[in-house]
Amino acid sequence: MALRQCAIYGKGGIGKSTTTQNLVAGLAEAGKKVMIVGCDPKADATRLILHSKAQETIMHLAAEAGSVEDLELGDVLKTGYANIKCVESGGPEPGVGCAGRGVITAINFLEEEGAYEEDLDFVFYDVLGDVVCGGFAMPIRENKAQEIYIVCSGEMMAMYAANNICKGIVKYVKSGSVRLGGLICNSRNTDREDELIEALAAKLGTQMIHFIPRDNVVQRAEIRRMTVIEYDPKHRQADEYRTLADKIINNQNKVIPTPITMDELEDLLMEFGVLEEEDESIVGRTAAQEAVAA
Amino acid sequence: MPALTREETLELIQEVLEVYPEKAKKDRAKHLAVNDHDIEQSKKCITSNRKSLPGVMTIRGCAYAGSKGVVWGPIKDMIHISHGPVGCGQYSRAGRRNYYVGHTGVNTFGTMNFTSDFQEKDIVFGGDKKLGKLITELESLFPLSKGISVQSECPIGLIGDDIESVAREQAKALGKPIVPVRCEGFRGVSQSLGHHIANDAIRDWVIGNRDGDERFVATPYDVAIIGDYNIGGDAWSSRILLEEMGLRVVAQWPGDGTLAELELTPKVKLNLIHCYRSMNYISRFMEEKYGIPWMEYNFFGPTKIAESLRKIAARFDESIQAKAEAVIARYQAQSEAVIAKYRPRLEGKKVMLYVGGLRPRHVIGAYEDLGMEVVGTGYEFAHNDDYDRTIKEMGNATLLYDDLTGFELEEIVQRIRPDLVGSGVKEKYLFQKMGIPFRQMHSWDYSGPYHGYDGFAIFARDMDMTINNPCWDKLKAPWVKDAATAAAALAARA
Repeated sequence: MALRQCAIYGKGGIGKSTTTQNLVAGLAEAGKKVMIVGCDPKADATRLILHSKAQETIMHLAAEAGSVEDLELGDVLKTGYANIKCVESGGPEPGVGCAGRGVITAINFLEEEGAYEEDLDFVFYDVLGDVVCGGFAMPIRENKAQEIYIVCSGEMMAMYAANNICKGIVKYVKSGSVRLGGLICNSRNTDREDELIEALAAKLGTQMIHFIPRDNVVQRAEIRRMTVIEYDPKHRQADEYRTLADKIINNQNKVIPTPITMDELEDLLMEFGVLEEEDESIVGRTAAQEAVAA
Repeated sequence: MPALTREETLELIQEVLEVYPEKAKKDRAKHLAVNDHDIEQSKKCITSNRKSLPGVMTIRGCAYAGSKGVVWGPIKDMIHISHGPVGCGQYSRAGRRNYYVGHTGVNTFGTMNFTSDFQEKDIVFGGDKKLGKLITELESLFPLSKGISVQSECPIGLIGDDIESVAREQAKALGKPIVPVRCEGFRGVSQSLGHHIANDAIRDWVIGNRDGDERFVATPYDVAIIGDYNIGGDAWSSRILLEEMGLRVVAQWPGDGTLAELELTPKVKLNLIHCYRSMNYISRFMEEKYGIPWMEYNFFGPTKIAESLRKIAARFDESIQAKAEAVIARYQAQSEAVIAKYRPRLEGKKVMLYVGGLRPRHVIGAYEDLGMEVVGTGYEFAHNDDYDRTIKEMGNATLLYDDLTGFELEEIVQRIRPDLVGSGVKEKYLFQKMGIPFRQMHSWDYSGPYHGYDGFAIFARDMDMTINNPCWDKLKAPWVKDAATAAAALAARA
């Protein structure tokens, strides 16, 4: 099987890292050889696989060693649950330096050191919330990830972010072979959430590849720095991740997304009652003005 | 070749622009003009200080070049850190001939390169800690430095390093001024914004340092020379004239300048500005804050020197005015001898200039003193106030050009065939190969000084030895007897 490289995007805090690691555990259980590349300075993309707080990152090790050229692959690549390979790009604390450049440097390093030449079926890039600059688009540029999965929920901002990420994908479609594989709905238990995300996916020209129900076992596993599949393999939530893994293995639906306008998105949200009909007459009016009017 | 009429010059511009695509033609047409003394404001005839077109081979620099290379670099007893990757500092190292006296590496640092030499990790994690460490190391290696400036290269602006807080912290620790300068190269359209940013840094971090310090004993005759870069010793041959007329030059910068002189400048009575373009900002500020008047002057060629000395003297009492006359009289014989020797050899020769700063207008008088005519002039990075000043200096129907492209400069020179082109090193060999005598008018072609009476003698000699150099005759193929034979041969072939 040829190597498939997938990038996971989505609004910050939506559960990208948790979903990715649980999914990857499912893939590994199904016999796939997988590597996770964390592309977020927080470096929390591999902790459930490695049972560690935060993995030592490429950029921090490079800074200690002097330069990235002084590192060996073995210094940065760790192996965790079910032989899953783990690496974190790392980056600065908030407010200094350039995290985007860190992602670029780290991925170039992995390529040069032949991290992708090992016997792998899947590479998953777990990327920082928004594609804020060129560095965070690195995983979807030419010869990197060909498939993108967006984690979202039925909340307005999560859907807004999903649409924005689609705009980013469209930019790179021309220069590479990147395609959208689908939306993963990480449920927040909002009303008609599955229908809403199905509808959004249809508008974006893609599919909701799987609906992951909300379950506290995910948190229980996380406290133990474990995936659900490892912590409680018999739990029904573990099956959800297995299903997601299976759907991704067999996914044939890879498209160039068709991002929608802000108005279209708002219409959709109104249709599902997430957003109320806008009352133009109240725009820009202060509480004091309204009191006078009333 | 006789001087062109207004119509002919306009036609020449049109012909040169012909090859451009429509949009480029429209843009470039605004930057080329025919001089007309009736135009009061240059904005009616020429556009300047705009972004260059991509792909045209502009000879402009960047904001870092304007700050580190021009304004700050020559301040000799300070260390100027090129903050960022190594190239900007190393490839511009000692690139300008700002002469200075001192022991390099001990109490002066003009020709040395100091850089934070950014690596990947400095971009990713930020370079402010490294900058702090670098400054501490500099202090132990070069304890006699009077201060440090931090010249930002492009990445600093992208990663948002807080160089101001490092500067404040280190200045406190070292007890010396540390000046952060936000002159990232991508800012602005040319080096001009770098001059402005550098001026603002002088304003914010240096000029007020001795406010309230009354130890300086002032005299009524205190002046400062601002905007003389001391190329080949220009400031030195200027300074003596001011001193001979009874003025006290308290500060002279940037060329051969010191931090102390920068700090003492607000104590003077009059600021004398040579390069208006790069230093008008700080002069205006001192006028606003300290009430110090400023005036431009021109020390190229005896006519302009005498004019300037009288203008400067008029700002002081009669004793200074009398001494100014004495200075002019004293150098008269020297200048006349120079003119008597060179004018017959240079009379009627036509010059085209393309440089920066003040020179496209300031050297015109010196050429005229030698009987030469400047038929075209232009600036790399001027603003319209520069062209306002240039219109008066240039003859009617001469050419003005702004931010010339490589193609335009070559094409205009081909068509006008002047006897001398004055521009930079990148242009030099092109025109020499075209058989046209050339002088570098940024670096004085490793000669100088050209300022002052002493400088004029050197200027005249240099122009003569370039234009009348016997090598130009040797460019003709041996089988071509003369121009007439060559023309006949061409005609026969056709």
